[in-house]
Amino acid sequence: MEELVKAEQTIPVGKPAATSKLSRNLTYIKKNYILYLLIAPAVILTIIFKYIPIYGATIAFKDFSPIRGIAGSEWVGFKHFISFLTSPNFIEILMNTIKLSSFELLIGFPIPIILALMLNQLRKSSVKKNVQLALYAPHFISVVVVSGMVFLFLSPVGPVNVILSTFLDKPISFMSDPDYFRSIYIWSGVWQGAGWASIVYVAALANVDPQLHEAATLDGASLLQRIWHIDLPTLKPVMAVLFILAAGGIMGIGFEKAYLMQTPMNSPSSEIIATYVYKRGLLAGDYSFATAVGLFNAVVNVILLGVVNQVVKKLNEGEGLV
Amino acid sequence: MNNQIKHAKGDRILLLTNNILLTIIVLAIVGPLLYVFLSSFLEPNAIIRKGLALSSSDWSLEGYKRLFTDDTIVRGFFNSLLYSTGFTIVTVLVCLFAGYTLSVDGLVGKKVFMIFFLFTMFFGGGLIPTYFVIRDLGMLNTIWAIILPGAVNVWFIILARTYFKAVPNELKEAARIDGASDLKIFFRIILPLSKPIIFVLALYAFIGQWNAYFDAMIYLDDRELHPLQLVLRSILIQNEVQPGMVADVEARNELMRISEMIRYSSIVIASLPLLIMYPFFQKYFEKGVMVGSLK
Repeated sequence: MEELVKAEQTIPVGKPAATSKLSRNLTYIKKNYILYLLIAPAVILTIIFKYIPIYGATIAFKDFSPIRGIAGSEWVGFKHFISFLTSPNFIEILMNTIKLSSFELLIGFPIPIILALMLNQLRKSSVKKNVQLALYAPHFISVVVVSGMVFLFLSPVGPVNVILSTFLDKPISFMSDPDYFRSIYIWSGVWQGAGWASIVYVAALANVDPQLHEAATLDGASLLQRIWHIDLPTLKPVMAVLFILAAGGIMGIGFEKAYLMQTPMNSPSSEIIATYVYKRGLLAGDYSFATAVGLFNAVVNVILLGVVNQVVKKLNEGEGLV
Repeated sequence: MNNQIKHAKGDRILLLTNNILLTIIVLAIVGPLLYVFLSSFLEPNAIIRKGLALSSSDWSLEGYKRLFTDDTIVRGFFNSLLYSTGFTIVTVLVCLFAGYTLSVDGLVGKKVFMIFFLFTMFFGGGLIPTYFVIRDLGMLNTIWAIILPGAVNVWFIILARTYFKAVPNELKEAARIDGASDLKIFFRIILPLSKPIIFVLALYAFIGQWNAYFDAMIYLDDRELHPLQLVLRSILIQNEVQPGMVADVEARNELMRISEMIRYSSIVIASLPLLIMYPFFQKYFEKGVMVGSLK
């Protein structure tokens, strides 16, 4: 397969050695044109909505002027990148992004695994099914509703503060205090997503041969020992793949919930790169600058994914994602 | 043997702890949902303040009545229905077609196609260049801005490809010998066999679109076009209860009380349909996650 790709890309038309391969490919395409017709909509949509924007991202290196368009605007090199990297809020926004997503990873990654190990101990399958049903429910609620519930519960006149008022003199303004933002963001995420995320692990555990457990019990292994030596190693490959994907997405942390939970008061900890790009770009019209910030984020993300993949590969005996 | 007996007790304690913890977790998940549901029929904080002392006079449908005095939420509901249905049809077709082509053995250019699609999972032009493309195509404030940009879902393509690959080759060969064309094979043999994967993809697409707000917020300025989630966002997050719902209320305290009730009932209206339906589809969702986890 590899040779085929290379052949298509590098060998100029007309060279005798290549002609046979090329013509063979052409005959194949002609004969099976229906297949290429079927994939065409996906290719065209991807070009329009994914690849043309990548060309459009060149405005990060230009001073975009709406009148002159993307091609006509003047090149300014790394001006916008430098102005972002030297701007006073750069460190704050970068650190907010890194902190929010790495804490989310540290807390959000192990919980579904623990949950799956716990669910696996339920012997009665009807009980297990009902518990799972309850755990999955929040996954089907929209992020707008979850954020709305958080605002309602934690408002100064909401139920949480009513309960706390028996111990405290005045209500806590959770949503306008930067100190609470990260915890609220992460734990509401765990509430919504941990159950659903445990599905993959539960399924992997269902494949463990029960005889292994029986044999280990006969040999005098305790429950904890069996979980440690039988269940956890079963989950290792799934964990590795999911960890790479999650860690690679650290800089790509979702815009949707952070923007919803952001209030002017908590922005010292809730302003992340994605929300900053939206505000500076689409709301303030600072197109080139915002695109540069977004591009910076995307590049860091790709590098991170590569690094994490390599590290996990080393730790996981050569098994990585790519 | 000794060890076994020694461990038996510890194991029992561990299992008991496990059951207790799981019970607490289930309560922590279901509790807030139940609280919202009950509160939508009650005065704000009535549950916390009165607890079991709630009397029948505390219950009311005022939140719901007010929610429907204004047509915003109903319009949002139908907009969402339209967007989600349209999006589901387009994305499922596009991804199934692409997935089928990529599942064919010996396809010329397969690797190029895969790299072409996979690349977009890891790198993109970003928010603003994408916005420019959609604006320049004249798609702002149209349903197409919601349907088309996200229609190619690489994950769906991989799911579909994995599924099609499992269809026995003999089936296709037999049809080919009978003189069926590729197109005929796809529509007459492959698609009818693919109902489960179509169903899984359609569910994912529909629910994903139903619960999304971001694209609509960026691409749809016109309030008439807003989907349910954007209407909810203005009620729940931006504290903008639609003026029509509280036209007759003047006192500030009264306004706060009623807005609170409207918020609770809007959450119920928006979330209940899916929460009631998902248990019936649960096994399909799980299947989707499973197929996807195959590498």
